[in-house]
Amino acid sequence: MKVMTSAHEQELQAIFGENRVLLEESDRLSYSFDASFGTYMPDAVVQPRSTEEVAKVMKLANREGIPVYPRGQSTSLSGGPLPVNGGIVLDCSQWNDKLEIRPDDMIAVVSPGILTARIDEEAEKWGLMYPPDPSSSHVSTIGGNLAENSGGPRGLKYGVTKDYCIGLEIVTPEGHVMRTGGRTIKNVTGYDLTKLIIGSEGTLCVITEATLKLVPRPQATRTAMIIFDDLVTSGQAITKVLTSGILPSKLELMDQACIMAVEDYKPLGLPVTAEAIVLIELDGHPKAIEEEIEKVASICKEAGAHSVNVAGSGEEAAKLWQARKLVSPAIVRKKPTKVSEDATVPRSKIPAMFQRLKEIRDRFCVDLVVFGHAGDGNLHPNIICDKRDMEEMERVEQAVEEIFKAAIEMGGTLSGEHGIGTMKAPFMEMEVGSIGLDMMKRMKDAWDPNQIMNPGKIFPEPGKKLVLRDE
Amino acid sequence: MDTLKTQLHYDKTFDCVQCGYCLPACPTYETMGKETHSPRGRINLVKMVAEGKSGVETLREPIEKCLGCRACQTVCPTNVKYGEILEGAKSVLEDQEKKTKKQQVTEEFIFNGLFTSRKWMNAIGNATWFYQKTGLQAIARKTGMTAMAPLHLDKFEAVLPEVGSPIERRNSPRHVKAKGKTKMRVGFVSGCVMDSMFHQTNKNTIELLSRAGAEVVIPKAQTCCGALHAHTGKLDAARRLAKQNIEVFENENVDYIVNNAGGCGAMLFEYGHLLKDEPDWYMRAERFSKKSRDVTVVLTELDGLEFRHSMNERVTYQSSCHMTNVQKVTSEPLLLLEGIPGITYKEMAGYDRCCGSAGVYNIVNYEDSMEILDVKMEKTRGTKADTIVTTNPGCLLQMKLGIKREGLENEMRALHLVDLLMEADPQPK
Repeated sequence: MKVMTSAHEQELQAIFGENRVLLEESDRLSYSFDASFGTYMPDAVVQPRSTEEVAKVMKLANREGIPVYPRGQSTSLSGGPLPVNGGIVLDCSQWNDKLEIRPDDMIAVVSPGILTARIDEEAEKWGLMYPPDPSSSHVSTIGGNLAENSGGPRGLKYGVTKDYCIGLEIVTPEGHVMRTGGRTIKNVTGYDLTKLIIGSEGTLCVITEATLKLVPRPQATRTAMIIFDDLVTSGQAITKVLTSGILPSKLELMDQACIMAVEDYKPLGLPVTAEAIVLIELDGHPKAIEEEIEKVASICKEAGAHSVNVAGSGEEAAKLWQARKLVSPAIVRKKPTKVSEDATVPRSKIPAMFQRLKEIRDRFCVDLVVFGHAGDGNLHPNIICDKRDMEEMERVEQAVEEIFKAAIEMGGTLSGEHGIGTMKAPFMEMEVGSIGLDMMKRMKDAWDPNQIMNPGKIFPEPGKKLVLRDE
Repeated sequence: MDTLKTQLHYDKTFDCVQCGYCLPACPTYETMGKETHSPRGRINLVKMVAEGKSGVETLREPIEKCLGCRACQTVCPTNVKYGEILEGAKSVLEDQEKKTKKQQVTEEFIFNGLFTSRKWMNAIGNATWFYQKTGLQAIARKTGMTAMAPLHLDKFEAVLPEVGSPIERRNSPRHVKAKGKTKMRVGFVSGCVMDSMFHQTNKNTIELLSRAGAEVVIPKAQTCCGALHAHTGKLDAARRLAKQNIEVFENENVDYIVNNAGGCGAMLFEYGHLLKDEPDWYMRAERFSKKSRDVTVVLTELDGLEFRHSMNERVTYQSSCHMTNVQKVTSEPLLLLEGIPGITYKEMAGYDRCCGSAGVYNIVNYEDSMEILDVKMEKTRGTKADTIVTTNPGCLLQMKLGIKREGLENEMRALHLVDLLMEADPQPK
């Protein structure tokens, strides 16, 4: 059922011109999905290129009560941009005209549609770095990353998107343009609205420009691959490395199921009897990390590693990382659907979490593999299934719920970096409590009195459960 | 309903997890800026249509505007068989089409209007070839009379190479011995576009192979590879042609079946897939595909040429999508290029992205193709090259057109790689 009339459509065309208002069925269907689950038909898709256009469309939507869904390139794994109640999709992916590096202030000023990886590429020309590196950064937009507060492997050492955004230009649901924060690292004037908006998943406002902090680019990197016969030992070794005075830039883990899948897909000579492979990358001054990588190797050996392989060259390092890169294509070979979770636990609970995941796998008979950013407790339990198999998907839903419960019981969180969206909304109260949820809701109501900004996300709807099956 | 699902390869659409990694690789997503014209978007539409959530016609524009360059398949982390999904969608659209009276009139107009051009006729050889093999039927069907306006055939005509006379082509040799020691026996696929518009390139290809140590046979009974048919959804016709070629080359007892057109090569490479449902043919087709090679691969393997003439030229390379993404041939053309004395090779940013030629795409979707070409020419200019080298006739014509559009005729030329190799006076080692 459409929530828009032809008069609304004409008003949109007056704002954007005809080419940037998409009304055809083929176009609307093409903006009905993201990388998570479900398809929802919007009434219109608009492609803004300026703050003024966004302000105008928000005024129209607010006046008429039409839902608006900001969207980047829709790589979301949590349902963040899905137009669940119809209305207008605000496709910001084509708004990519501004990418300014100000080397003296060590900042970047960007339009929302700039691809995340491009910011770092541009920063590199000035010897600087934009650290957040979600694995989709060559596809995802900075607008989407800000809305979801995305992280990546470098999160261990450098933190996530919110740690690098110091100022925003936004349009409120009522169509007002405002700025938060500024261009300085230090800024304690009033509430920190910048941090509130980052990770609010498009439920409070539309981000139209961002000011990002850059850091000096490390001169060199070194990589080591460490193989463990036993998963618990790997957890202990990781703890020892991280408490040794060395902070790796990346620390990734693959479990036995991943190793077997990769070997089966493309034999690299990985030991299929090993329970875990840990990849560690250090960055910094070449001489410093030369020493540190040796120290990492000896710590792991002492902790009981089966073997340690330190890459001698950049080429060798790339070869070692290939194993990790092949996990995604390798694990979907058996079945097509991948339910990718990002429940995160305190670092010390990683071995216990692995144990719980094994139990969940066996209890619900699901094909569960684990890989991820073990250094910061952000594991990616992935369940490989077939979404056409209703009975299997029901078991998957139950397993996912158990994964969430386990993470929260261990003092962790539902989502380390993918966001809540539609998929994890039913579990919000479990983590933040009823009062916590109520306070969040009150903020939402204050910002968006007519409930037009990205409805159906973050906040659970009464009686709504996780559903991974298409009806 | 179930037939539609089968024909659309519905089961294969589930391999797409909609991660979007294909978006940056897709030339039409780049120039058109809509998810509707992205691989992920098209796959989703196929799925929606297969599920009955939308009608077949929803697919038409998005599928017809796909270049079929398959760059998405190369970057896909979950190995989605996009080529098969695209082919299925095209065949459904083809079936759906019923020629209306108006469209028949259009077809007639194309024949009378288009084929009265002497240069085209000369170049092409005969009208049936162009009508059947280039998918002009598809143009005719498109939108009735209005489809004529954007054909812009004059633009292409202006960049067509001078061709040998029909008599010369008819009298081409059918068997060429190796110069020096015979290292292998190969069959040469002369192709239809190549043999008519680029006859000299074919002659050069045979000459190079022979100088490098290959005995070359050029069977007369061979026919079009069927690529243009398959890409416009005419699978039955493509299969018929494939069978004829398989039979012809089986009789020749050759080590390799060599072609010099990336697009044809990709089709030959996929004969096995094309005939997978025909038990009598499948194994024969697979054997054919396994023997099929691009000329650059065979020349690299033969390693039998030394060049006498130093070129003193700045050269850039525009790869053929079907050679890169289907045949997975990427290093050999560059190895050969860099082996020419005096050449300065300058890599073009995004040289492995489609130039917008894409079979008959540049004729059927002229405006869209020119937008892609404009992006390409900007990158080409950046190389400051004297010569753009390609390995496929479609790309070659498109690059020639690009040079003309930019007014660079006096600064830059486009050549097939084998023609450049011949200019460097290759002699048997």
